[in-house]
Amino acid sequence: MTAATELTIAGARAALAKREISAVELTEAHLKGIEALNPRLNAYITVTAEQALEQAKAADAALAKGEAKPLTGIPLAIKDLFCTTGVKTTAASKILGNFVPPYESTVTANLLRDGAVFLGKANLDEFAMGSSNATSAFGGVENPWKRQGDNAALVPGGSSGGSAAAVAARLALGATATDTGGSIRQPAAFCGIAGIKPTYGRVSRFGTVAFASSLDQAGPVARTVEDCAILLGSMSGFDPKDSTSADVAVPDFAAACARGVKGLRIGIPKEYRLPGMPAEIEALWQQGIAWLKEAGAEPVEISLPHTQYALPTYYIVAPAEASSNLARYDGVRFGLRENGGDLKDLYERTRRAGFGDEVRRRILIGTYVLSAGYYDAYYLKAQKVRALIKRDFDEAWGKVDAILTPATPSAAFGRDEKQDDPVAMYLNDVFTVTANLAGIPGLSVPAGLDTRGLPLGLQVLGKPFDEETVFAVGRALEQGANFTATPSVRAAA
Amino acid sequence: MSLDTATVRRVASLARIRVEEDELPRLQSELNGILGWIEQLQAVNTDGVQPMAGGGSEKLRMREDRVTDGGIAEKVLANAPDRAGEFFAVPKVVE
Repeated sequence: MTAATELTIAGARAALAKREISAVELTEAHLKGIEALNPRLNAYITVTAEQALEQAKAADAALAKGEAKPLTGIPLAIKDLFCTTGVKTTAASKILGNFVPPYESTVTANLLRDGAVFLGKANLDEFAMGSSNATSAFGGVENPWKRQGDNAALVPGGSSGGSAAAVAARLALGATATDTGGSIRQPAAFCGIAGIKPTYGRVSRFGTVAFASSLDQAGPVARTVEDCAILLGSMSGFDPKDSTSADVAVPDFAAACARGVKGLRIGIPKEYRLPGMPAEIEALWQQGIAWLKEAGAEPVEISLPHTQYALPTYYIVAPAEASSNLARYDGVRFGLRENGGDLKDLYERTRRAGFGDEVRRRILIGTYVLSAGYYDAYYLKAQKVRALIKRDFDEAWGKVDAILTPATPSAAFGRDEKQDDPVAMYLNDVFTVTANLAGIPGLSVPAGLDTRGLPLGLQVLGKPFDEETVFAVGRALEQGANFTATPSVRAAA
Repeated sequence: MSLDTATVRRVASLARIRVEEDELPRLQSELNGILGWIEQLQAVNTDGVQPMAGGGSEKLRMREDRVTDGGIAEKVLANAPDRAGEFFAVPKVVE
């Protein structure tokens, strides 16, 4: 049998059902890997070994009684942005460094309902703001992949860098993640795994630490498209506790993976061909088009004319919402407090000490674009451009069933690169951010290696609430790519 | 539009974030870098376009106006940096 940590979720489920492996053995194998590698990779902020073993024992009992649920005994990493009852939830920020939620996020409650085992809380960029995991107050995460012949530490991407690194290094079978501008898809691409940001409203935001509420969506990362589909099925569903949760049925996403793409029209947006884009990104994109054609789909050139304005729009909308959301961290009701002379001084000292550079920068930008005299010029303008970006997609859906693009403009970069220029860092999300602005689903699929042996991803975008087609296209790409490369740092089999 | 140091100081005060005098020049240059870059949106013709406020096309739901939880003061206060009985405690606000 395949080594426990090398299993897919679908494979582990079958092995558990046949009692070829116990849930305790599966969890222990992962905890052993975490013990060996986490001191180096820093993918987990908190490891909940004891709780995981208890959950695994309960899973074995359920399996013995024939009461298995969709995720019974499956060990997962939980991004440390999801509130977990009684388990520290930090958002990778000093300001929440000791916060222990008295309640459970809907996403994690759904996963627990379905029998999952939680190995621990995964590292991330502070408040999910970043593309390299470098802004975490608990230290950066090392990408388990290395450039050929070079041992330099690379970033895992962000913000869900810990989730992606843990899954790539075989320290979890899958993980929860969140995506506000690309925070699921970019780290998935950098770590050679799959990840989907579903349609806005598909997954409840209740109990997930908020960054930019009109853009934030939770989703899974895992090593196969099918595994992402299985996890998304459990995470999704209507939740009255989130006013933007969509009251729509959750289809069988895993079944949709096998649909095939015969007859589907796949949009190829010409605006995603960026000046100065590396030739290998363009080549991979063309390869993706060829795979889908071979599988029976028809590529159609389309135009999404406002694409170039997506990032600047995002960097108005997201900081504006963040500045409002993060106003709650005031040192009064929870989290860090730095005492000062009066109440305003307490607020100012607490927020200076508790937030890192990038978070403070975004709060200030957000405060500025919402302030009197600038609201119309910046915020209202950005909301209008956002409407145009969404309209571009609405018009495209008249011609195509899904859209294929590269996932990122480059492979993973070094820890010391791009850290001095905020705008250069923001450009990482150039291909992913449009999906958040338009509220549509986007899936990143590992599709190949660059010339230095690092993974590259392709992205599939779909219509609102049509994750099924996105999964079908993703699975076809996966079959075409037959991506079997593995990172050099991973749990021993 | 370019921010001067007085504006950076004012925005930081609005955001309730303490900024030391020696941090101002770097912050000012970073913020101006970002604002200069987002300035390109002014080139987009948005005449007659309705602003998109939310993330989805779903209409917000109404719900029945009734209490759905409560009576959990200990849970609410569990993470408080300072408390007095069943209340959050802060430095004296009114003399």
